[in-house]
Amino acid sequence: MSEPSRASIRYLSCGRIIEATNFEPTATLLDHLRLTRGLTGTKEGCGEGDCGACTVALGRLVDGRIVYRPVNACILLLGQVDGADVVTVEDLSEGGQLHPVQAAMVAHHGSQCGFCTPGIVMSLFTLYQAGEEVGRDDVLSQLSGNLCRCTGYRPIVEAGLEACGSRPDHKPADAFAARAAETAAKLAALDDGTDVFIGSRDRFFAAPASVDALASLYAAHADATIVAGATDVGLWVTKQLRDLPKIIHVGRVAGFNAVAIDDTGVTLGAGATFADSRAAVAAIDPDLDEVWRRIGSEQVRASGTVGGNIANGSPIGDSPPALIALGATVTLRQGSATRSIPLEDYFLAYGKQDRRPGEFVAAVRVPKLHSDQLFRAYKIAKRYDQDISAVMAAFRFTVDTGFIREARIAFGGMAATPKRAAGAEKALVGASLADPGSWGMALDALAKDYQPIDDMRASAAYRRDTGRALLEKALIELAGETTTATRVAGFREASDERVA
Amino acid sequence: MNALPDQTTGTSEPEPLAVARRPVPHDSAIKQVQGGAPYIDDIREPAGTLHVAPGYARSAAKGKILSVDLAAVRAFPGVVAVLTAADIPGKNECSPSIGGDPVFAEGEILFHGQVVYAVVAETRDAARKAARLGHVEVAAEPPAVDVEAAIARNAMVLPDYEFVKGDPAAAIAAAPARLSGSIRVGGQEHFYLEGQAALAVPMEDGDLLVHTSTQHPTEVQHLVAKVLAIPDAAVVAECRRMGGGFGGKESQATQWAVIAALAARVTGKPAKLRLDRDDDMIMTGKRHDMRVDWTVAYDGDGRIDGVDVAFLARCGYSADLSLGVVDRTMFHADNAYDYPAAHILSRRLKTDTVSNTAFRGFGGPQGIVFCERMIDALAITLGRDPLDVRKANFYSSAGGTTPYGMAVTDNIIHELVDELETTSDYRARRRAIGDFNATSRVLKKGLALTPLKFGISFTLAHLNQAGALVHVYSDGSIMVNHGGTEMGQGLYIKVAQVVAEEFGVGIDKVKITATTTAKVPNTSPTAASSGSDLNGMAAKVAVDKIRGRMAEVAAAHFAVPVADTRFADGRVFGGNRSIGFEELAKKCYLARVQLSDTGYYATPGITWNRELKTGNPFFYFAYGAACSEVTIDTLTGELRVDRVDILHDCGASLNPAIDIGQIEGGFVQGMGWLTTEELVFDAGGRLATHAPSTYKIPTATDVPADFRVKLYSSGGNRADTIYRSKAVGEPPLMLAVSVFSAVTDAVASLKPGVVPPLDAPATPEAIMRAVKAMKGK
Repeated sequence: MSEPSRASIRYLSCGRIIEATNFEPTATLLDHLRLTRGLTGTKEGCGEGDCGACTVALGRLVDGRIVYRPVNACILLLGQVDGADVVTVEDLSEGGQLHPVQAAMVAHHGSQCGFCTPGIVMSLFTLYQAGEEVGRDDVLSQLSGNLCRCTGYRPIVEAGLEACGSRPDHKPADAFAARAAETAAKLAALDDGTDVFIGSRDRFFAAPASVDALASLYAAHADATIVAGATDVGLWVTKQLRDLPKIIHVGRVAGFNAVAIDDTGVTLGAGATFADSRAAVAAIDPDLDEVWRRIGSEQVRASGTVGGNIANGSPIGDSPPALIALGATVTLRQGSATRSIPLEDYFLAYGKQDRRPGEFVAAVRVPKLHSDQLFRAYKIAKRYDQDISAVMAAFRFTVDTGFIREARIAFGGMAATPKRAAGAEKALVGASLADPGSWGMALDALAKDYQPIDDMRASAAYRRDTGRALLEKALIELAGETTTATRVAGFREASDERVA
Repeated sequence: MNALPDQTTGTSEPEPLAVARRPVPHDSAIKQVQGGAPYIDDIREPAGTLHVAPGYARSAAKGKILSVDLAAVRAFPGVVAVLTAADIPGKNECSPSIGGDPVFAEGEILFHGQVVYAVVAETRDAARKAARLGHVEVAAEPPAVDVEAAIARNAMVLPDYEFVKGDPAAAIAAAPARLSGSIRVGGQEHFYLEGQAALAVPMEDGDLLVHTSTQHPTEVQHLVAKVLAIPDAAVVAECRRMGGGFGGKESQATQWAVIAALAARVTGKPAKLRLDRDDDMIMTGKRHDMRVDWTVAYDGDGRIDGVDVAFLARCGYSADLSLGVVDRTMFHADNAYDYPAAHILSRRLKTDTVSNTAFRGFGGPQGIVFCERMIDALAITLGRDPLDVRKANFYSSAGGTTPYGMAVTDNIIHELVDELETTSDYRARRRAIGDFNATSRVLKKGLALTPLKFGISFTLAHLNQAGALVHVYSDGSIMVNHGGTEMGQGLYIKVAQVVAEEFGVGIDKVKITATTTAKVPNTSPTAASSGSDLNGMAAKVAVDKIRGRMAEVAAAHFAVPVADTRFADGRVFGGNRSIGFEELAKKCYLARVQLSDTGYYATPGITWNRELKTGNPFFYFAYGAACSEVTIDTLTGELRVDRVDILHDCGASLNPAIDIGQIEGGFVQGMGWLTTEELVFDAGGRLATHAPSTYKIPTATDVPADFRVKLYSSGGNRADTIYRSKAVGEPPLMLAVSVFSAVTDAVASLKPGVVPPLDAPATPEAIMRAVKAMKGK
């Protein structure tokens, strides 16, 4: 690691700089707030980032402007907040005056037992700060990671709409807005560009500031755990109670979260979160917007990265099937060496990826669709928001005068890895979109492409049937049916110019 | 404040009151939105507080314990003590009444997740990590996981029980037609956002103060005393608020408080136990899942001649509250329908799984799901609109007799359903849905309007009592305390409204205080929707006594008869003069007049005798109805709830804002139970869905944008309840049966005349199973 490095993290809290050092590599932000700082307004409901009771806001500078995003403090490592403005529910009211979000929650009777309330207030706070036009869908998406078991949500949604959606110019008009310039200056001053290294060679939290520093540190410590958003690793800590002595956090690596759009595709830095990358992938196809919208929750999308979703090799990751169908490639780096491989080749077997010791995911390249290519993606889960898919399906068909010339099909939840449907892809070549009779071989072939398993999300039989049904649905839609007639959610008509 | 425009209907409005019957916000709302409302884990820990975590046999669900090796647990850094059954000075028992719920497993493992030992350590992390290091060797046996396995073993936690009305066998035999069916109704995890938690603080003389997140502080007090072999009077159990209860903290909060108390006793230090969410879901009981087998006999108009139904309830390893829970299933097997003859049987099946317990509705919802399925099946078979079949079978407005022999004397279901039928535009939407389904290839719509009649009172008669303690201080400020607990339902604010109303002061004059066994003893659980009925009345009794004495002082001061005094607007009036409430309080003190009193209330007319099956189990019924429209995807089984209209009877609502919140929240919780919330146990008896990542309660997106909720204006409860209000905690949950019926309706559109074999919850997979059956694949 290049010298000099910093042996502490620093963050802002109500305009004050808080410095933390000598903490355990896997110390969580929630424990830091509740146990170290005695701030008990932020609650632990589940300890796994699924209920949102622990939601706090992290403010960071993006193009000189402070952007607040909600995060689950229970699974966020303390070290990750270096350089951020950390806002908790205690910070919102000023001089006995409730924040507009808090006042709306009271006025609409938005709290009953109150345990989820601080998290909901913080989620709505970040929506308030966004300063954009806010409709009902925005509020719902914002609340996708906040469970409430008492109210039935109606009053909370109305409070959100009133507080965040009823300002004529959409501009935040609270104490945070009033001191935004001052906060921005402080945040800029915290961004010192040095590597962070806290601990010893055997036990550390490190947050390198450059990709070269990351590469050399990881090469020296191939046994370290790479953390991007910690939406998965956080659970190893809080649920599996694993000891992870060496943590390398990639969130401070300069340029690692870059999203670059060019004529033929999108390049996502491995540190780009789902929130960072949504607009870029959504521009490729409306179904990708829906896939990104339904990954995790607003909190998970604010922390979790596309690179992490790939790197951890989950058989049920939501983004890999869509990316594979699009023909994405992944770039890996080890020391100074890089290589790029088709994404489907990265997933070798359950829990096994083509990633060498000391090698990390550096970037993902996602090609745009050609004018003769049609795309569909579907997620099947028990719940619309923040659920892990039972089946994830993605299709890219290259079409020539109504006939399929090439098919790329990828499924998640159907095998031990995200996997292409070789048999069905082959059987579809030459099929006519206008003639359902020509689809049968491909539909039947899917049953041979996958041998799904039973688990708590779905039975093998349901997965098999649904895989087939989703291919059929894609073909029905591409044959001309509107998605308002084929789906219960995620309609393309509003935004899709391609089908028309 | 939000004025709740257009949320009551009808013509006979109850008389307006000064504080009661108004949409006062929840007493803690302003604190809650600032993170300033403390729950157990937020209480500032006394110095030296230790942390407790439970340990269990991770490998087995059932079998004799061969050995318990805790050496690695004890050796873990920071561990102070490890507790087992051997450390209990009193009884190893934390059952609410019937017995069979050990604090720590002794001799055998009865379900996967049963606590065998508890680690007491300096930090929470040390306790949790050490708790995983024990080795419990078990002679594992295959567990009985579902009702079929329990039936095969003929294993019951309690004897079978039945109601018989008329001669059901003869009525069914003689009827023109018969229809039979079977439905599985899933269980439900409470998922209170605040998990189980308790903090026990040792006091002098070995006494204990236990801060506990419980719906039943008295039971915590009693069981801590019993386990520690000390008198009840040596234990104070206190609860300011829970982060949700829903029945899950009625009997099953106790074990955690008891273990924390034992840790405090053994170590002499304050001890806190807050369950990790996964442990909480694995170790605590849920709503009873059931298989319901039924036969209905009917005539050509769809009128029911007789019903024969058996509820096969999975109770888990012990009785817990299953006696009352499954009785309530039976009490609601008729919902709002008059069965001329009925045989209602219940079997309380013993499985090697966690002991199922109270959950909002307390067994009633399962009875109503059956009942509405039966009606849907009748209507589908006859090719008639289900609403017509429903209306043809309602108890008449004049009343009727339930299968358990109670006369229905307050029936308002006809007027209520008629109003909702009109306001929801049911008939026109029924036609539109028929048109849609005729042309839609992938998507199908369904519509259902279902009624609700729910019996209010504890069916265990002695629980229908409550106490309150009210103080007026000499500065005129008022403190109220009662036996009910606050879990978010707004009980505290409702009781405070009663106190403010009766004293004629503003709500801000009334100080609400934590429920504690030191102030009001021998309380009932806050359950059965009875909280405000019981505690509101008890508080009123206390206030009436104090106000009576204050009125005498005022009467003397004004030289008017006592009857001519009046408490209003923060003042006390006599003749054409008045003084401030504060001034009168001071005068009373100086005149040596008692300004404090207790109130006690026992619900009248509860005469139910379970053995004889005679008498009235309920004080009155609450009514409601809901109309739900859904769309299903017949390729994938995905579901969208498009619109919901609710009309619910709260009598003369004590607080319309709180009641609307209970209705909406209860409905959405019920909708979750019947759609997305699926408990999956594997063949080894392990709960596979033990976290919110796999167990899916509704999120905001699941609630339809078009959600129209109104209070029904009945002119008030016919029974003499507090300000003629009605209980509201549980009943609205069952309005969600309309969603399930609407899904049934949508699937039924695939093949007219065939009853879809749809089980609850209607997950995409369950819907597809039914769709496939209809398509004959």
